[in-house]
Amino acid sequence: MAYSDKVLDHYNNPRNVGSMDKDSEEVGTGVVGAPECGDVMKLQIQVEGDTIVDAKFKTFGCGSAIASSSLATEWIKGKKLDEALKIKNTEIVEELALPPVKIHCSVLAEDAIKAAVQDFKDKQASK
Amino acid sequence: MTTPIYLDYQATTPVDPRVLETMLPYFQNAYGNAASRSHAFGWEAEKAVDAARGQIASLIGASPKEIVFTSGSTEAINLALKGVVEMYASKGKHIITSEAEHKAVLDTCKHLEKHGVEVTYLAPDSKGRHTVEQVAAAMRDDTILVAIMWANNEIGTINPVREIGALCHDMGTLFFCDATQAVGKVPVDVQADNIDLLCMSAHKIYGPKGVGCLYVRRRNPRVRLVAQMDGGGHERGMRSGTLNVPGIVGLARACELCEQELEQDAAHAIALRARFEKKVFAALDHVHVNGDEEHRLPGCSNLSFAYVEGESLIMGIPNLAVSSGSACTSASLEPSHVLQAMGVGDELAHSSIRFGFGRFTTEDEVDRAADQVISAVNKLRDLSPLYEMVKEGIDLSTVNWTAH
Repeated sequence: MAYSDKVLDHYNNPRNVGSMDKDSEEVGTGVVGAPECGDVMKLQIQVEGDTIVDAKFKTFGCGSAIASSSLATEWIKGKKLDEALKIKNTEIVEELALPPVKIHCSVLAEDAIKAAVQDFKDKQASK
Repeated sequence: MTTPIYLDYQATTPVDPRVLETMLPYFQNAYGNAASRSHAFGWEAEKAVDAARGQIASLIGASPKEIVFTSGSTEAINLALKGVVEMYASKGKHIITSEAEHKAVLDTCKHLEKHGVEVTYLAPDSKGRHTVEQVAAAMRDDTILVAIMWANNEIGTINPVREIGALCHDMGTLFFCDATQAVGKVPVDVQADNIDLLCMSAHKIYGPKGVGCLYVRRRNPRVRLVAQMDGGGHERGMRSGTLNVPGIVGLARACELCEQELEQDAAHAIALRARFEKKVFAALDHVHVNGDEEHRLPGCSNLSFAYVEGESLIMGIPNLAVSSGSACTSASLEPSHVLQAMGVGDELAHSSIRFGFGRFTTEDEVDRAADQVISAVNKLRDLSPLYEMVKEGIDLSTVNWTAH
Protein backbone atom coordinates (compact mmCIF):
# COMPACT_ATOMS: atom_id res chain seq x y z
CA MET A 1 0.00 0.00 0.00
CA ALA A 2 1.28 3.46 -0.81
CA TYR A 3 1.07 5.93 2.05
CA SER A 4 0.65 9.63 1.53
CA ASP A 5 3.63 11.86 2.29
CA LYS A 6 1.77 13.32 5.25
CA VAL A 7 1.11 9.89 6.78
CA LEU A 8 4.75 9.00 6.32
CA ASP A 9 5.84 12.28 7.87
CA HIS A 10 3.70 11.74 10.98
CA TYR A 11 4.79 8.11 11.19
CA ASN A 12 8.48 8.96 10.91
CA ASN A 13 8.27 12.07 13.08
CA PRO A 14 5.27 11.64 15.34
CA ARG A 15 4.31 14.84 17.18
CA ASN A 16 3.56 15.02 20.86
CA VAL A 17 4.38 11.45 21.79
CA GLY A 18 4.21 10.76 25.47
CA SER A 19 2.11 10.42 28.56
CA MET A 20 0.75 12.78 31.18
CA ASP A 21 -0.25 12.05 34.75
CA LYS A 22 -3.71 10.60 34.25
CA ASP A 23 -4.60 11.32 37.87
CA SER A 24 -3.96 15.05 37.52
CA GLU A 25 -7.09 17.20 37.68
CA GLU A 26 -5.89 19.24 34.73
CA VAL A 27 -5.50 16.20 32.51
CA GLY A 28 -8.14 14.44 30.46
CA THR A 29 -7.38 10.96 29.14
CA GLY A 30 -9.12 9.15 26.29
CA VAL A 31 -8.31 5.53 25.47
CA VAL A 32 -10.22 4.12 22.52
CA GLY A 33 -10.03 1.00 20.38
CA ALA A 34 -9.11 -2.55 21.30
CA PRO A 35 -5.95 -4.64 20.89
CA GLU A 36 -7.82 -7.43 19.06
CA CYS A 37 -9.00 -4.91 16.46
CA GLY A 38 -5.42 -3.89 15.82
CA ASP A 39 -5.60 -0.33 17.11
CA VAL A 40 -5.65 1.40 20.48
CA MET A 41 -5.20 5.15 20.89
CA LYS A 42 -4.46 6.98 24.08
CA LEU A 43 -4.85 10.74 23.78
CA GLN A 44 -4.31 13.09 26.70
CA ILE A 45 -4.98 16.79 27.09
CA GLN A 46 -3.79 19.27 29.64
CA VAL A 47 -6.38 21.97 30.19
CA GLU A 48 -6.13 25.41 31.70
CA GLY A 49 -9.52 27.07 32.07
CA ASP A 50 -11.24 25.82 28.93
CA THR A 51 -8.14 25.80 26.73
CA ILE A 52 -6.10 22.77 25.78
CA VAL A 53 -2.54 23.88 26.50
CA ASP A 54 -0.84 20.59 25.74
CA ALA A 55 -1.66 17.23 24.20
CA LYS A 56 0.12 13.87 24.13
CA PHE A 57 -0.62 10.55 22.49
CA LYS A 58 0.45 6.96 22.28
CA THR A 59 -0.97 4.67 19.62
CA PHE A 60 -0.85 0.95 18.91
CA GLY A 61 -1.98 0.61 15.32
CA CYS A 62 -1.11 0.95 11.68
CA GLY A 63 0.73 3.93 10.22
CA SER A 64 -2.53 5.69 9.44
CA ALA A 65 -3.72 5.30 13.02
CA ILE A 66 -0.43 6.72 14.32
CA ALA A 67 -0.63 9.62 11.86
CA SER A 68 -4.29 10.32 12.70
CA SER A 69 -3.60 10.59 16.41
CA SER A 70 -0.38 12.55 15.90
CA LEU A 71 -2.29 15.03 13.73
CA ALA A 72 -5.13 15.20 16.25
CA THR A 73 -2.74 16.30 19.03
CA GLU A 74 -1.32 19.00 16.75
CA TRP A 75 -4.77 20.31 15.91
CA ILE A 76 -6.22 20.43 19.42
CA LYS A 77 -3.27 22.14 21.07
CA GLY A 78 -4.26 25.74 21.84
CA LYS A 79 -7.92 25.10 21.05
CA LYS A 80 -10.79 25.59 23.44
CA LEU A 81 -12.54 22.38 24.50
CA ASP A 82 -15.63 23.16 22.41
CA GLU A 83 -13.51 23.84 19.34
CA ALA A 84 -11.64 20.58 19.80
CA LEU A 85 -14.93 18.70 19.90
CA LYS A 86 -15.83 20.14 16.50
CA ILE A 87 -12.94 18.39 14.76
CA LYS A 88 -14.44 15.84 12.39
CA ASN A 89 -12.83 12.63 11.23
CA THR A 90 -13.45 13.69 7.63
CA GLU A 91 -11.04 16.59 8.10
CA ILE A 92 -8.37 14.14 9.24
CA VAL A 93 -9.11 11.90 6.23
CA GLU A 94 -8.71 14.87 3.94
CA GLU A 95 -5.54 16.20 5.54
CA LEU A 96 -3.80 12.81 5.52
CA ALA A 97 -5.32 11.59 2.23
CA LEU A 98 -6.41 8.35 3.92
CA PRO A 99 -7.78 5.62 1.64
CA PRO A 100 -11.28 4.20 2.37
CA VAL A 101 -9.92 1.17 4.30
CA LYS A 102 -8.21 3.54 6.72
CA ILE A 103 -11.17 5.81 7.50
CA HIS A 104 -11.72 3.96 10.78
CA CYS A 105 -8.34 5.34 11.94
CA SER A 106 -9.64 8.88 11.63
CA VAL A 107 -12.85 7.92 13.40
CA LEU A 108 -10.80 6.54 16.24
CA ALA A 109 -8.82 9.79 16.49
CA GLU A 110 -12.05 11.81 16.66
CA ASP A 111 -13.34 9.42 19.33
CA ALA A 112 -10.09 9.80 21.27
CA ILE A 113 -10.43 13.59 21.36
CA LYS A 114 -14.03 13.30 22.54
CA ALA A 115 -13.11 10.73 25.19
CA ALA A 116 -10.25 12.89 26.53
CA VAL A 117 -12.47 15.98 26.75
CA GLN A 118 -15.22 13.97 28.42
CA ASP A 119 -12.77 12.55 30.94
CA PHE A 120 -11.60 16.06 31.80
CA LYS A 121 -15.17 17.30 32.14
CA ASP A 122 -16.11 14.34 34.35
CA LYS A 123 -13.18 15.14 36.62
CA GLN A 124 -14.27 18.75 36.92
CA ALA A 125 -17.87 17.74 37.61
CA SER A 126 -16.89 15.36 40.39
CA LYS A 127 -14.73 17.93 42.17
CA MET B 1 17.13 4.31 -1.03
CA THR B 2 19.28 1.23 -0.49
CA THR B 3 18.25 -1.99 -2.18
CA PRO B 4 15.71 -3.76 0.02
CA ILE B 5 16.70 -7.04 1.63
CA TYR B 6 14.51 -9.85 0.36
CA LEU B 7 13.16 -11.94 3.24
CA ASP B 8 9.95 -13.26 1.73
CA TYR B 9 11.08 -16.66 0.45
CA GLN B 10 7.73 -18.29 1.31
CA ALA B 11 5.99 -15.87 -1.05
CA THR B 12 8.35 -16.52 -3.91
CA THR B 13 12.03 -17.04 -4.61
CA PRO B 14 14.42 -15.44 -7.06
CA VAL B 15 15.11 -17.57 -10.13
CA ASP B 16 18.45 -19.31 -9.74
CA PRO B 17 20.76 -18.12 -12.57
CA ARG B 18 21.43 -21.76 -13.42
CA VAL B 19 17.69 -22.28 -13.91
CA LEU B 20 17.38 -19.22 -16.13
CA GLU B 21 20.31 -20.35 -18.24
CA THR B 22 18.67 -23.73 -18.82
CA MET B 23 15.39 -22.09 -19.83
CA LEU B 24 16.65 -19.52 -22.30
CA PRO B 25 17.18 -21.78 -25.35
CA TYR B 26 13.53 -22.81 -25.11
CA PHE B 27 12.43 -19.24 -25.74
CA GLN B 28 14.91 -18.64 -28.53
CA ASN B 29 15.75 -21.62 -30.72
CA ALA B 30 13.91 -24.60 -29.33
CA TYR B 31 10.51 -22.95 -29.36
CA GLY B 32 8.54 -25.87 -30.71
CA ASN B 33 5.20 -27.09 -29.41
CA ALA B 34 5.76 -30.30 -27.49
CA ALA B 35 2.58 -31.67 -29.07
CA SER B 36 3.82 -31.15 -32.65
CA ARG B 37 4.60 -34.61 -33.95
CA SER B 38 5.47 -33.72 -37.53
CA HIS B 39 8.76 -31.84 -37.25
CA ALA B 40 12.02 -31.50 -35.38
CA PHE B 41 10.93 -28.44 -33.40
CA GLY B 42 8.15 -30.42 -31.80
CA TRP B 43 10.36 -33.45 -31.19
CA GLU B 44 12.98 -31.34 -29.49
CA ALA B 45 10.38 -29.75 -27.20
CA GLU B 46 8.85 -33.13 -26.42
CA LYS B 47 12.27 -34.53 -25.57
CA ALA B 48 12.91 -31.64 -23.19
CA VAL B 49 9.55 -32.13 -21.51
CA ASP B 50 10.15 -35.86 -21.13
CA ALA B 51 13.53 -35.24 -19.55
CA ALA B 52 11.93 -32.66 -17.26
CA ARG B 53 9.34 -35.14 -16.09
CA GLY B 54 12.13 -37.46 -15.07
CA GLN B 55 14.00 -34.83 -13.08
CA ILE B 56 10.89 -33.68 -11.26
CA ALA B 57 9.76 -37.23 -10.53
CA SER B 58 13.20 -38.05 -9.18
CA LEU B 59 13.05 -35.30 -6.55
CA ILE B 60 9.83 -36.69 -5.06
CA GLY B 61 10.30 -40.41 -5.66
CA ALA B 62 7.63 -40.61 -8.35
CA SER B 63 7.73 -42.05 -11.86
CA PRO B 64 7.76 -39.63 -14.81
CA LYS B 65 4.30 -40.63 -16.01
CA GLU B 66 2.83 -39.50 -12.70
CA ILE B 67 3.65 -35.84 -13.31
CA VAL B 68 0.90 -33.58 -14.73
CA PHE B 69 2.07 -30.09 -15.59
CA THR B 70 -0.05 -27.13 -14.50
CA SER B 71 0.32 -23.39 -14.17
CA GLY B 72 1.27 -23.82 -10.53
CA SER B 73 -0.03 -25.15 -7.23
CA THR B 74 -3.35 -23.33 -7.24
CA GLU B 75 -4.36 -24.98 -10.49
CA ALA B 76 -3.00 -28.34 -9.33
CA ILE B 77 -5.06 -28.06 -6.14
CA ASN B 78 -8.21 -27.25 -8.11
CA LEU B 79 -7.58 -30.19 -10.43
CA ALA B 80 -6.86 -32.61 -7.59
CA LEU B 81 -9.83 -31.72 -5.38
CA LYS B 82 -12.44 -31.12 -8.05
CA GLY B 83 -11.12 -33.94 -10.22
CA VAL B 84 -11.28 -36.48 -7.37
CA VAL B 85 -14.71 -35.37 -6.20
CA GLU B 86 -16.12 -35.69 -9.70
CA MET B 87 -14.44 -39.04 -10.41
CA TYR B 88 -15.29 -40.69 -7.11
CA ALA B 89 -18.77 -39.21 -6.58
CA SER B 90 -20.31 -42.68 -6.45
CA LYS B 91 -17.92 -43.66 -3.64
CA GLY B 92 -18.56 -40.79 -1.29
CA LYS B 93 -18.85 -37.06 -0.83
CA HIS B 94 -16.78 -36.31 2.26
CA ILE B 95 -13.42 -34.51 2.40
CA ILE B 96 -11.20 -33.91 5.43
CA THR B 97 -8.94 -30.88 5.40
CA SER B 98 -7.45 -28.30 7.77
CA GLU B 99 -8.45 -24.79 8.75
CA ALA B 100 -4.80 -23.83 8.26
CA GLU B 101 -4.62 -24.82 4.58
CA HIS B 102 -3.81 -22.29 1.89
CA LYS B 103 -6.77 -20.38 0.49
CA ALA B 104 -6.43 -22.35 -2.73
CA VAL B 105 -7.53 -25.47 -0.82
CA LEU B 106 -10.05 -23.74 1.44
CA ASP B 107 -11.77 -21.84 -1.35
CA THR B 108 -11.89 -24.93 -3.56
CA CYS B 109 -13.51 -26.80 -0.66
CA LYS B 110 -16.00 -23.96 -0.20
CA HIS B 111 -16.84 -24.26 -3.90
CA LEU B 112 -17.32 -28.02 -3.58
CA GLU B 113 -19.56 -27.56 -0.56
CA LYS B 114 -21.95 -25.58 -2.75
CA HIS B 115 -22.15 -28.68 -4.93
CA GLY B 116 -23.11 -31.03 -2.13
CA VAL B 117 -19.69 -32.12 -0.89
CA GLU B 118 -19.30 -32.30 2.88
CA VAL B 119 -16.04 -30.96 4.25
CA THR B 120 -14.57 -31.39 7.73
CA TYR B 121 -12.13 -28.62 8.61
CA LEU B 122 -9.78 -29.82 11.33
CA ALA B 123 -8.46 -27.23 13.76
CA PRO B 124 -4.68 -27.33 14.15
CA ASP B 125 -3.08 -27.30 17.59
CA SER B 126 -1.55 -24.14 19.02
CA LYS B 127 1.59 -24.74 16.95
CA GLY B 128 -0.34 -25.21 13.72
CA ARG B 129 0.08 -28.97 13.59
CA HIS B 130 -2.29 -31.89 13.10
CA THR B 131 -2.08 -35.42 14.45
CA VAL B 132 -2.89 -38.65 12.72
CA GLU B 133 -5.35 -39.44 15.52
CA GLN B 134 -7.23 -36.27 14.74
CA VAL B 135 -7.56 -37.24 11.08
CA ALA B 136 -8.56 -40.78 12.06
CA ALA B 137 -11.32 -39.46 14.29
CA ALA B 138 -12.77 -37.46 11.41
CA MET B 139 -12.81 -40.39 8.95
CA ARG B 140 -16.22 -41.55 7.71
CA ASP B 141 -17.30 -44.40 5.46
CA ASP B 142 -17.88 -41.92 2.67
CA THR B 143 -14.56 -40.01 3.07
CA ILE B 144 -12.98 -39.97 -0.37
CA LEU B 145 -10.13 -37.54 0.19
CA VAL B 146 -7.90 -36.15 2.91
CA ALA B 147 -6.17 -32.87 2.01
CA ILE B 148 -3.51 -31.88 4.54
CA MET B 149 -0.58 -29.66 3.61
CA TRP B 150 3.02 -30.70 4.16
CA ALA B 151 4.25 -27.39 5.52
CA ASN B 152 2.27 -24.28 6.27
CA ASN B 153 3.09 -21.26 4.15
CA GLU B 154 2.62 -18.71 6.94
CA ILE B 155 4.27 -20.37 9.92
CA GLY B 156 6.26 -23.20 8.36
CA THR B 157 4.82 -25.91 10.61
CA ILE B 158 5.38 -29.40 9.19
CA ASN B 159 2.62 -31.99 9.54
CA PRO B 160 3.14 -35.73 10.21
CA VAL B 161 2.52 -36.44 6.53
CA ARG B 162 3.84 -40.00 6.42
CA GLU B 163 1.57 -41.11 9.27
CA ILE B 164 -1.47 -39.38 7.82
CA GLY B 165 -0.73 -40.99 4.46
CA ALA B 166 -0.44 -44.43 6.04
CA LEU B 167 -3.79 -43.94 7.75
CA CYS B 168 -5.41 -42.92 4.45
CA HIS B 169 -4.03 -45.99 2.72
CA ASP B 170 -5.28 -48.24 5.51
CA MET B 171 -8.73 -46.68 5.21
CA GLY B 172 -8.79 -46.75 1.41
CA THR B 173 -9.03 -42.96 1.24
CA LEU B 174 -7.00 -40.85 -1.16
CA PHE B 175 -4.43 -38.48 0.32
CA PHE B 176 -3.69 -35.14 -1.32
CA CYS B 177 -0.77 -33.14 0.05
CA ASP B 178 -0.06 -29.53 -0.82
CA ALA B 179 3.72 -29.66 -0.70
CA THR B 180 4.32 -26.26 -2.27
CA GLN B 181 6.43 -25.08 0.65
CA ALA B 182 8.08 -28.42 1.37
CA VAL B 183 9.35 -29.76 -1.96
CA GLY B 184 13.01 -28.93 -2.34
CA LYS B 185 13.28 -27.80 1.29
CA VAL B 186 12.78 -31.10 3.10
CA PRO B 187 13.00 -34.67 1.75
CA VAL B 188 9.77 -35.69 0.00
CA ASP B 189 9.16 -39.26 -1.16
CA VAL B 190 5.64 -40.00 -2.37
CA GLN B 191 6.19 -43.75 -1.90
CA ALA B 192 7.52 -43.72 1.63
CA ASP B 193 5.22 -40.85 2.58
CA ASN B 194 2.10 -42.61 1.26
CA ILE B 195 0.94 -39.73 -0.92
CA ASP B 196 -1.54 -40.13 -3.76
CA LEU B 197 -1.68 -36.57 -5.04
CA LEU B 198 0.82 -33.79 -4.43
CA CYS B 199 1.30 -30.33 -5.83
CA MET B 200 4.29 -28.01 -6.20
CA SER B 201 5.15 -24.68 -7.78
CA ALA B 202 8.43 -23.84 -9.51
CA HIS B 203 8.63 -20.31 -8.14
CA LYS B 204 8.99 -21.50 -4.54
CA ILE B 205 12.13 -23.44 -5.40
CA TYR B 206 14.13 -20.90 -7.43
CA GLY B 207 12.27 -21.63 -10.65
CA PRO B 208 9.99 -19.42 -12.75
CA LYS B 209 6.47 -18.29 -11.88
CA GLY B 210 3.49 -19.73 -13.74
CA VAL B 211 4.48 -23.38 -13.78
CA GLY B 212 4.06 -26.26 -11.40
CA CYS B 213 2.73 -29.77 -11.39
CA LEU B 214 0.43 -32.29 -9.82
CA TYR B 215 1.73 -35.72 -8.94
CA VAL B 216 -0.98 -38.31 -9.60
CA ARG B 217 -0.27 -41.83 -8.32
CA ARG B 218 -0.56 -44.52 -11.01
CA ARG B 219 -0.48 -47.70 -8.94
CA ASN B 220 -1.46 -48.87 -5.44
CA PRO B 221 -3.87 -47.22 -5.88
CA ARG B 222 -4.25 -45.86 -9.38
CA VAL B 223 -5.74 -42.40 -8.96
CA ARG B 224 -8.12 -41.15 -11.62
CA LEU B 225 -9.26 -37.59 -12.12
CA VAL B 226 -11.90 -35.84 -14.16
CA ALA B 227 -10.13 -33.10 -16.13
CA GLN B 228 -11.13 -29.57 -15.21
CA MET B 229 -9.83 -28.00 -18.43
CA ASP B 230 -11.32 -29.13 -21.73
CA GLY B 231 -9.28 -29.04 -24.90
CA GLY B 232 -6.62 -30.97 -26.71
CA GLY B 233 -6.28 -33.74 -24.16
CA HIS B 234 -2.72 -33.00 -23.14
CA GLU B 235 -1.14 -34.62 -20.08
CA ARG B 236 -2.93 -37.93 -20.71
CA GLY B 237 -6.24 -36.13 -20.79
CA MET B 238 -5.87 -34.64 -17.32
CA ARG B 239 -4.87 -31.09 -18.24
CA SER B 240 -5.41 -29.67 -21.70
CA GLY B 241 -3.37 -26.73 -22.88
CA THR B 242 -0.10 -26.31 -24.78
CA LEU B 243 2.77 -27.13 -22.48
CA ASN B 244 4.83 -24.24 -21.13
CA VAL B 245 8.10 -25.76 -22.33
CA PRO B 246 10.55 -23.13 -21.01
CA GLY B 247 8.71 -23.10 -17.68
CA ILE B 248 8.71 -26.88 -17.45
CA VAL B 249 12.41 -27.04 -18.27
CA GLY B 250 12.98 -24.41 -15.56
CA LEU B 251 10.90 -26.32 -13.01
CA ALA B 252 12.90 -29.45 -13.77
CA ARG B 253 16.27 -27.72 -13.44
CA ALA B 254 15.10 -26.15 -10.18
CA CYS B 255 14.15 -29.62 -8.92
CA GLU B 256 17.48 -31.04 -10.01
CA LEU B 257 19.36 -28.33 -8.11
CA CYS B 258 17.21 -28.87 -5.03
CA GLU B 259 17.90 -32.58 -5.15
CA GLN B 260 21.65 -31.94 -5.34
CA GLU B 261 21.74 -29.12 -2.78
CA LEU B 262 18.87 -29.88 -0.41
CA GLU B 263 21.02 -30.56 2.64
CA GLN B 264 23.24 -27.57 1.99
CA ASP B 265 20.24 -25.27 1.38
CA ALA B 266 18.49 -26.49 4.52
CA ALA B 267 21.58 -26.09 6.69
CA HIS B 268 22.11 -22.58 5.31
CA ALA B 269 18.51 -21.52 5.96
CA ILE B 270 18.45 -23.03 9.45
CA ALA B 271 21.70 -21.29 10.39
CA LEU B 272 20.45 -17.93 9.14
CA ARG B 273 17.16 -18.28 10.95
CA ALA B 274 18.90 -19.18 14.19
CA ARG B 275 21.21 -16.19 13.78
CA PHE B 276 18.26 -13.88 13.18
CA GLU B 277 16.13 -15.18 16.04
CA LYS B 278 19.06 -15.13 18.46
CA LYS B 279 19.72 -11.46 17.75
CA VAL B 280 16.06 -10.51 17.98
CA PHE B 281 15.39 -12.43 21.19
CA ALA B 282 18.51 -11.04 22.81
CA ALA B 283 17.39 -7.46 22.18
CA LEU B 284 13.60 -7.56 22.63
CA ASP B 285 11.18 -8.90 25.21
CA HIS B 286 7.66 -10.16 24.49
CA VAL B 287 8.50 -11.78 21.14
CA HIS B 288 6.72 -15.04 20.31
CA VAL B 289 7.49 -17.68 17.69
CA ASN B 290 4.35 -18.65 15.82
CA GLY B 291 4.53 -22.27 14.73
CA ASP B 292 6.28 -25.41 15.85
CA GLU B 293 9.95 -24.91 16.59
CA GLU B 294 10.51 -28.66 16.50
CA HIS B 295 8.74 -29.26 13.19
CA ARG B 296 9.42 -26.16 11.14
CA LEU B 297 10.49 -25.39 7.58
CA PRO B 298 14.17 -24.47 7.50
CA GLY B 299 13.85 -20.90 6.23
CA CYS B 300 10.67 -19.72 7.95
CA SER B 301 10.41 -17.55 11.04
CA ASN B 302 7.01 -16.15 11.94
CA LEU B 303 7.30 -13.86 14.92
CA SER B 304 4.77 -11.85 16.91
CA PHE B 305 6.06 -8.65 18.45
CA ALA B 306 3.56 -8.07 21.19
CA TYR B 307 2.17 -4.55 21.66
CA VAL B 308 3.29 -3.50 18.17
CA GLU B 309 0.89 -3.64 15.24
CA GLY B 310 2.19 -5.57 12.23
CA GLU B 311 1.43 -3.09 9.49
CA SER B 312 3.09 -0.22 11.33
CA LEU B 313 6.09 -2.46 11.93
CA ILE B 314 6.35 -3.21 8.22
CA MET B 315 6.25 0.55 7.61
CA GLY B 316 9.14 0.87 10.03
CA ILE B 317 11.32 -1.56 8.12
CA PRO B 318 10.94 -0.20 4.58
CA ASN B 319 14.20 -1.82 3.50
CA LEU B 320 13.05 -5.31 4.41
CA ALA B 321 10.79 -7.26 2.07
CA VAL B 322 8.68 -9.29 4.52
CA SER B 323 5.08 -10.31 4.90
CA SER B 324 2.59 -9.44 7.64
CA GLY B 325 0.59 -12.17 9.32
CA SER B 326 -2.37 -9.88 9.46
CA ALA B 327 -3.95 -9.08 6.16
CA CYS B 328 -4.27 -5.43 7.12
CA THR B 329 -2.16 -4.51 4.13
CA SER B 330 -4.90 -5.81 1.86
CA ALA B 331 -8.42 -4.46 1.82
CA SER B 332 -9.58 -6.79 4.59
CA LEU B 333 -8.69 -6.05 8.17
CA GLU B 334 -8.84 -9.66 9.29
CA PRO B 335 -5.82 -11.21 10.94
CA SER B 336 -4.36 -14.36 9.40
CA HIS B 337 -6.78 -17.31 9.26
CA VAL B 338 -3.88 -19.62 10.13
CA LEU B 339 -2.98 -17.82 13.35
CA GLN B 340 -6.67 -17.59 14.23
CA ALA B 341 -7.10 -21.34 13.68
CA MET B 342 -4.14 -21.96 16.01
CA GLY B 343 -5.85 -19.92 18.68
CA VAL B 344 -3.27 -17.14 18.64
CA GLY B 345 -5.16 -14.15 20.00
CA ASP B 346 -6.13 -11.49 17.45
CA GLU B 347 -3.89 -9.08 19.30
CA LEU B 348 -0.77 -11.17 18.70
CA ALA B 349 -1.95 -12.14 15.22
CA HIS B 350 -2.05 -8.43 14.36
CA SER B 351 1.56 -8.18 15.55
CA SER B 352 3.04 -10.98 13.47
CA ILE B 353 5.61 -10.84 10.69
CA ARG B 354 6.89 -13.68 8.55
CA PHE B 355 10.60 -13.65 7.76
CA GLY B 356 11.83 -16.04 5.08
CA PHE B 357 15.45 -16.97 4.47
CA GLY B 358 16.72 -18.86 1.45
CA ARG B 359 19.51 -19.88 -0.85
CA PHE B 360 20.64 -16.35 -1.65
CA THR B 361 20.26 -14.76 1.80
CA THR B 362 23.56 -13.72 3.42
CA GLU B 363 24.63 -13.39 7.04
CA ASP B 364 25.17 -9.69 6.50
CA GLU B 365 21.58 -9.31 5.30
CA VAL B 366 20.31 -11.20 8.33
CA ASP B 367 22.30 -9.00 10.69
CA ARG B 368 21.10 -5.79 9.05
CA ALA B 369 17.54 -7.08 9.02
CA ALA B 370 17.62 -7.96 12.72
CA ASP B 371 19.04 -4.52 13.59
CA GLN B 372 16.29 -2.78 11.62
CA VAL B 373 13.55 -4.90 13.19
CA ILE B 374 14.87 -4.29 16.69
CA SER B 375 15.08 -0.54 16.15
CA ALA B 376 11.58 -0.34 14.62
CA VAL B 377 10.02 -2.42 17.40
CA ASN B 378 11.68 -0.28 20.06
CA LYS B 379 10.47 2.88 18.38
CA LEU B 380 6.91 1.60 18.06
CA ARG B 381 6.87 0.33 21.63
CA ASP B 382 7.79 3.83 22.78
CA LEU B 383 4.64 4.84 20.93
CA SER B 384 2.53 1.96 22.18
CA PRO B 385 0.00 2.57 24.95
CA LEU B 386 -0.22 -1.21 25.40
CA TYR B 387 3.50 -1.63 26.06
CA GLU B 388 3.32 1.24 28.52
CA MET B 389 0.42 -0.39 30.35
CA VAL B 390 2.20 -3.74 30.51
CA LYS B 391 5.31 -2.05 31.87
CA GLU B 392 3.08 -0.45 34.53
CA GLY B 393 1.93 -3.93 35.47
CA ILE B 394 -1.57 -3.71 34.02
CA ASP B 395 -3.07 -6.97 32.78
CA LEU B 396 -4.44 -6.04 29.35
CA SER B 397 -7.09 -8.75 29.51
CA THR B 398 -8.72 -6.94 32.44
CA VAL B 399 -9.09 -3.66 30.55
CA ASN B 400 -12.54 -2.75 29.32
CA TRP B 401 -11.74 -2.00 25.65
CA THR B 402 -14.05 -0.28 23.24
CA ALA B 403 -14.11 -2.76 20.37
CA HIS B 404 -14.92 -1.20 17.03
